[in-house]
Amino acid sequence: MFRRLLDADEPARELAFTLDGRPASGREGDTVAAALLALGRRAFRRTAVSGAERGPWCLMGVCHDCLVTVDGIGIVQACLVELRAGMAVETQTGPREVQR
Amino acid sequence: MKPPAPEYAVVVVGAGPAGMAAAVEAAVGGASVLVVDDNPAPGGQVWRAAGAGPFTDGRVLGPDYAAGGAAVREFAASVATADVDHLSGAQVWHLDDRLELGLVLPDGRGVVVRAGRVVLATGALERPMPVPGWTLPGVMSVGAAQTALKAQAMVPEGRYALAGCGPLLWLYAAQAAAAGAPPALVLDTSSRSNRREAAQHLPGFLLSPYARKGLPLLLRARRAAPVVGRVDGLHIVREGEGLLLFWTCGGREDAAPFDQVLLHHGVTPNLNLARAAGCELDWHEDNACFVPRTDEWGRTTVPGVLLAGDGAGIGGAEAAASGGRIAALAALAELGAITDDERDEAAAPLQAERARWLRGRPFLDLLYRPAPHFRAAEADAIVCRCEEVTGAQVAEAARLGATGPNQLKAWLRCGMGPCQGRMCGLTVTETIAAARGVPPAEVGYLRLRTPVRPVTLAQVAALPRTEAERRAVERL
Repeated sequence: MFRRLLDADEPARELAFTLDGRPASGREGDTVAAALLALGRRAFRRTAVSGAERGPWCLMGVCHDCLVTVDGIGIVQACLVELRAGMAVETQTGPREVQR
Repeated sequence: MKPPAPEYAVVVVGAGPAGMAAAVEAAVGGASVLVVDDNPAPGGQVWRAAGAGPFTDGRVLGPDYAAGGAAVREFAASVATADVDHLSGAQVWHLDDRLELGLVLPDGRGVVVRAGRVVLATGALERPMPVPGWTLPGVMSVGAAQTALKAQAMVPEGRYALAGCGPLLWLYAAQAAAAGAPPALVLDTSSRSNRREAAQHLPGFLLSPYARKGLPLLLRARRAAPVVGRVDGLHIVREGEGLLLFWTCGGREDAAPFDQVLLHHGVTPNLNLARAAGCELDWHEDNACFVPRTDEWGRTTVPGVLLAGDGAGIGGAEAAASGGRIAALAALAELGAITDDERDEAAAPLQAERARWLRGRPFLDLLYRPAPHFRAAEADAIVCRCEEVTGAQVAEAARLGATGPNQLKAWLRCGMGPCQGRMCGLTVTETIAAARGVPPAEVGYLRLRTPVRPVTLAQVAALPRTEAERRAVERL
């Protein structure tokens, strides 16, 4: 979906994380949204109303379409959160479930 | 990151050009200053990652962006010497007329901060562009692509198109081309009928710094990719793994496949926090948007709350920096840190500088104001992305008696989703106006309330409360 211009094949700058339970990697300086876009993901979630697929629109924190679950916390704006090593990112489906 | 103090003389919301300038000026004036910003690093949108991003020279992003780096470094120096407290990755969800702010810290904790004065430097966002298919994955705003370029040095993969109008569209085309990834096609929706009205303001534009910057940029941008002008209709559908973009020019329709489509129809003030704090809004016909009312100092209709930068009216980064300093000086005078005479003397050159830049805006605003049929949503276009409400539903509700956005909200939920009207507010107003046959100014804008961003019950419940407050609720 997006490709990186600067070829930073420097291991120190790579960040390992999990995406929907599977190993993935991004770069230092990525937001979670940027990392997912660089991995080719266009859709991050399904809407609460109709289940339509959505991806980021604005990448600046206003559209709230890039919502993912990070380390168990839902409704996180992926474009505002810096990627950290070991993060568990899950793409969302439908409305957030209340913990019982 | 240490938590903020419970009280500051000046709290600045936003660390873009206006916010950084306001903070530094207020600190120089001796005030205790807190800057709260929701991004990981200062710079706002226009100077995103300018201090420490992947592009430090002007080769790809241009000299203005490189100049932003200096402002970011000056701000960082103020923070380092502890003149200014800077909370990054934090969100303001509440501001009231007692000048109390509710914040969510990056670790999720909620805190309350009291301010002597508040300077809102909350900037702008792109105008919604409700063409059918704009919610499909793979469709993003031009500003989003520019953000990815500045902060992560990323460009769209494959074939992509730009569609819309406005300076940012051309700026991104030039930047992406300089980065080796030009768009495959540019669809220019700028309306010919704007030209005569804009032309009256051409002298002001030519006398402003915009002319010197803008014309060479426009030439570079137009050489970067094939351009189709006079586009008066757009829609996007999924096709296989990609998208099919349809456009019309005076009745003739064309289509082409793309991996991604980037849309842009100008920028408008990001007014949610100001509105929820109680600031009155005015309709600005030139830029077809609502703007919180301010005086020449940036004072809003809420005493103690000032507004600077693009959030007070689109003027660009340089005008924003001047405006931030002017608002800080006004705040310092109100707090008694400087006299009114000192304030006036310091502000005079800043006001002149700001005027120099703003002289060029009416021409740009009018030239690139999107045509009315693009501002009101078509029947099958989604107006409210969060609640998935279409143009047809909004127009029908308006005809049935929902005369304004606040009644419409009760019927259709537009404005109730997580984005709180940022993506639909203007479209709702324009669509109702078109359905009723009245001007947008008469329709008005969504009334917004705290919280202006989603917060959890736990965050609200954990806020400190006094014994009196507890008793008032529990009635013990």
